[in-house]
Amino acid sequence: MQFPESWLRSLVNPALDTAQLAHAVTMAGLEVEALTPAAPPFNNVVVAEILSAEKHPDADRLRVCQVDVGEAASVTIVCGAPNAAAGLKVPCARPGAKLPGIEIKVAKVRGVESFGMLCSTKELGLEGAAEGLMVLPDDAPVGEDFRRWLNLDDTLITLKLTPNRADCLSMQGLAREIGAITGAEVQLPQIAGVENRIQDTLPVQLNAPEACPLYLGRVVRGINAQATTPRWMAERLERSGIRPLLAPVDITNYVLLELGQPMHAFALSRLNGGIEVRLARAGETLELLNGQTVELAPDMLVIADAGGPVALAGIMGGLPTSVERVTVDVFLEAAFFAPAAIAGRARRLGLSTDSSHRFERGVDFGATRQAMERATQLLLEICGGQAGPITEVAAALPRRDPITLRLARLARVAGVEIDADSVMRGLVALGAGVERQDDRLIVTPPSFRFDLEIEEDLIEEAVRLYGYDNIPAQPPAAPSRMLPQDETLLADDSLRQMLVDLDYQEVITYSFVDPAWETALDADARPLPLANPLASQLSAMRTTLWGGLIETLRHNLNRQQARVRIFELGRVYRSQTEQPMKLGGLVYGDVLPEQWGAAARRVDFFDLKGDLEQLFGHALDARRGAHPALHPGQCAEVWADGRAIGWIGTLHPRLVQAFDLPAAPVLFELDSEVLAQRPLPRHATLSRFPLVRRDLAFVLDAHTPAGELLAVLRDAAADGVRSIEVFDEYRGKGVAENQKSLAIRVVMQDTERTLTDQEVEDAVQKLVDAALRQCNAALRA
Amino acid sequence: MRNPNEIVADALAAIQACPDLPSLEQVKAVYLGKSGQLTELLKSLGAMPAEERKTAGARINEAKQAVEAALKGRRDALQQAELDRQLAAETLDVTLPGRGAGRGGLHPVSKTLSRIQALFRSIGFEVATGPEIETDFYNFTALNIPEDHPARAMHDTFYLQSGELLRTHTSPVQVRHMQTHQPPLRIIAPGRVYRCDSDVTHTPMFHQIEGLWVDESVSFADLKGVLADFMRNFFERDDLPVRFRPSFFPFTEPSAEMDIGCVMCGGEGCRVCSHTGWLEVLGCGMVHPNVFKHVNIDTERYIGFAFGLGVERLAMLRYGVDDLRLFFENDLRFLKQFN
Repeated sequence: MQFPESWLRSLVNPALDTAQLAHAVTMAGLEVEALTPAAPPFNNVVVAEILSAEKHPDADRLRVCQVDVGEAASVTIVCGAPNAAAGLKVPCARPGAKLPGIEIKVAKVRGVESFGMLCSTKELGLEGAAEGLMVLPDDAPVGEDFRRWLNLDDTLITLKLTPNRADCLSMQGLAREIGAITGAEVQLPQIAGVENRIQDTLPVQLNAPEACPLYLGRVVRGINAQATTPRWMAERLERSGIRPLLAPVDITNYVLLELGQPMHAFALSRLNGGIEVRLARAGETLELLNGQTVELAPDMLVIADAGGPVALAGIMGGLPTSVERVTVDVFLEAAFFAPAAIAGRARRLGLSTDSSHRFERGVDFGATRQAMERATQLLLEICGGQAGPITEVAAALPRRDPITLRLARLARVAGVEIDADSVMRGLVALGAGVERQDDRLIVTPPSFRFDLEIEEDLIEEAVRLYGYDNIPAQPPAAPSRMLPQDETLLADDSLRQMLVDLDYQEVITYSFVDPAWETALDADARPLPLANPLASQLSAMRTTLWGGLIETLRHNLNRQQARVRIFELGRVYRSQTEQPMKLGGLVYGDVLPEQWGAAARRVDFFDLKGDLEQLFGHALDARRGAHPALHPGQCAEVWADGRAIGWIGTLHPRLVQAFDLPAAPVLFELDSEVLAQRPLPRHATLSRFPLVRRDLAFVLDAHTPAGELLAVLRDAAADGVRSIEVFDEYRGKGVAENQKSLAIRVVMQDTERTLTDQEVEDAVQKLVDAALRQCNAALRA
Repeated sequence: MRNPNEIVADALAAIQACPDLPSLEQVKAVYLGKSGQLTELLKSLGAMPAEERKTAGARINEAKQAVEAALKGRRDALQQAELDRQLAAETLDVTLPGRGAGRGGLHPVSKTLSRIQALFRSIGFEVATGPEIETDFYNFTALNIPEDHPARAMHDTFYLQSGELLRTHTSPVQVRHMQTHQPPLRIIAPGRVYRCDSDVTHTPMFHQIEGLWVDESVSFADLKGVLADFMRNFFERDDLPVRFRPSFFPFTEPSAEMDIGCVMCGGEGCRVCSHTGWLEVLGCGMVHPNVFKHVNIDTERYIGFAFGLGVERLAMLRYGVDDLRLFFENDLRFLKQFN
């Protein structure tokens, strides 16, 4: 909400300068968003009249003007504006004036001495047409200081009001609020009833009394709609962000700003019969003032006549019945529409009007008649005409039941004792009725406060008026209890830190992605679509982290980053109840950062697998599997806790091409919750007896996975066997084609005694037998 | 008998001429070996008359000692020279960079989240989480934001085609936590939130941390105390000015916006604080009774306060990041600045 400070100060004028006032208002909860001068600084500009304008003897485009600046003698000014002509009243900058960007001096212009400058709006830094001199109305007082005459030493105040404070959406409401905050006296406009000169009325019927429990209408005949809106009113409207249009409309807008009551004026001759306030009927349409024709829904309240809807109640009037320049008779409306009946409708139609903004939040139903009288008074003053009596139809208005405020509760919530008398004074200044009963206040809220219903609402008002700054900031006292620390659950931060230590950079990518990525990665993916995405590239909830990771790779490759190692810890989205946390990563480029002391090598599947083994703290149960996004020969399903928890593999060549990558990245994605589970370490007795190591080389089919052989061996291991690991794989000379050799290290040790040679040989033999029997793996000769 | 002094003179000359340890050992053998010149001289003593034997013996021993001393001196010198050679040969250019793998880093938003969590954990707040795809009930209704309430317009909500929505704040976690836990409660809930808004100062996804403290005696003064303490510790500025302004959130009452003195200009006024000297950093307030009613907490017995802060905003102020969008472009050159 924007308004000129001068208007506010005409109603309440606390002894504070503009900045102090803005601070006081902000600290009371009405945030001042901006203070803007009504005009940029300039001085020494007066209202002047051009007495004559002759062509410059030495320049075709210049004119030599004699100008009356309100002094005994006229002054000569050379002017280049095409519209300079005798009889015009214009702003004139006198010698010594400082305008935005220039300083005016007496100067010779093509041989003619010029004593000042006639100004355009642009030269003064004002809004409006920039071409030519700014033409002032005929009644502009020659010689008067231009700033003072147009009240330009004013500040536009913009407030960012919260939705609960509808009562401050008017100058009257703001004045009352500022009176309560600062203690300054408030001078509200005096509004007297208008004498009824005619008896014409229009019948009004309320057919939706809950939505519209109060409707006031009045016929005014014989107005001159083309009358000029007085300058003081136009100025206040303009400085409040409303463009003056037509006097009757300006008047209803002015009342809206002044009193907060949205009003509407219908062209009486366009109304067909009486007024009915009712819900719209299916299929009804209405052409609105803005030219838009809307289809009305059955929960929309309308003002209708015999021919159908003529206005969308509380939101916008209809075009066919609107007041025009030729309108002579009008029907004025001032009504109360319940917030619940208006809320959301305008937004659904893509509209937001000053009227709907106020009705949605709550308009003072106690001041409807006052607004009607005010609008009539202004209309008669400005446009003439004769007013009929007010037709008032009323049903049950919102109740304002007394609320109990317990002073002890107030102190408990605030954390500080607040003096009861000052609370009472503050609430009374806000317009409430207050009665004290021992340790409690019985408060009846005023009609304009829709946000005071329960005790907490009053606590808020009391604390607000006391001043949030006056409440001490105290460190709370609470029983000291330690927080549980589950040692078998790795915190997300620790997981992240481990990846950081493994040379991965964390990234955070959007949860919504391009659905094309999703289907490229998995043709069967069915990502949840957004109903109102910002863009198609952000229109579906990701089901994998890989899309974002690959996009991040592309983004960085385009910025000459040749080595990318990234991870993300975040959710993927399958449904409202299934949004599991995943840890995903991507590596691309060289294993090591480019350096002088190590040979460059491109990262591969096993580098990534090694990183994950570090992460798990043990060998990874990776099994051959097929994932549509991964290279079929370089792809493994990761298992833990007896179930598959994710994938690791090289991006499928088809996708390397589709994503336009120079080479394939290696990727992983795991359920982070399983990854976070860590067994509690358990001490086992250290053996004092010697360790025996046997290296065995098996020759087996090249397609048999090492993991299969290891599983068989571990299964067949005798008691003393501590570990069985692969330490080499060999193919080539000495090993038949389609065969490979796997070197296996077996470590044996007993905790109680030294193993005998025989025991060692027996154990080895057992392994060799099992390998041959189950994997067709023979010891290499 | 040959004059021992002559032998010594010969020996010393030979020793000095030795280029290395093996030749030195050969010289040693020539003079001190089993049949070395001085050894032979000693052997010849037996044939001398007793009265000469004593002086001759003493002279030979002196000679022997002189040779041995010369040998040792030369040996030490040769060994030192050898070591020097070895050390020179092994000398590295220590100014070359170190070798090995690199180290990654955390995303600045992650860093900030961790820092905030650590500060709140230090006074007993536990971390709670909740879903990001939410229902209308948890995101709005249970937080006292009924259908068509103007406050809903403040939240530009993303909806799924299935009718659910992407949470617009982390506040639903409050409700979920209170449904399943009894007071006293002290939680923070970090996570992603979504608003249908994208420009220089808005990204459609960002992070919030929600805080909630419910107990029998928690007051607005405590709320101010905790949050002032937090901001001063977060920015490591004991003298950081803070202020609380009345505001409106449907799920708290009284509600407040918290401002801190601008950390970029020290309150002098700059572009970041729109020349006000103040930065709006979080919204907070006392839990609204309607919220407690939705989760069956006795409003007469318990009072609570809640707050919600934007993580990116704090990260920007803490690290001097001037463009919000950088956080989600994931340019490695940007991210590595925080490692």
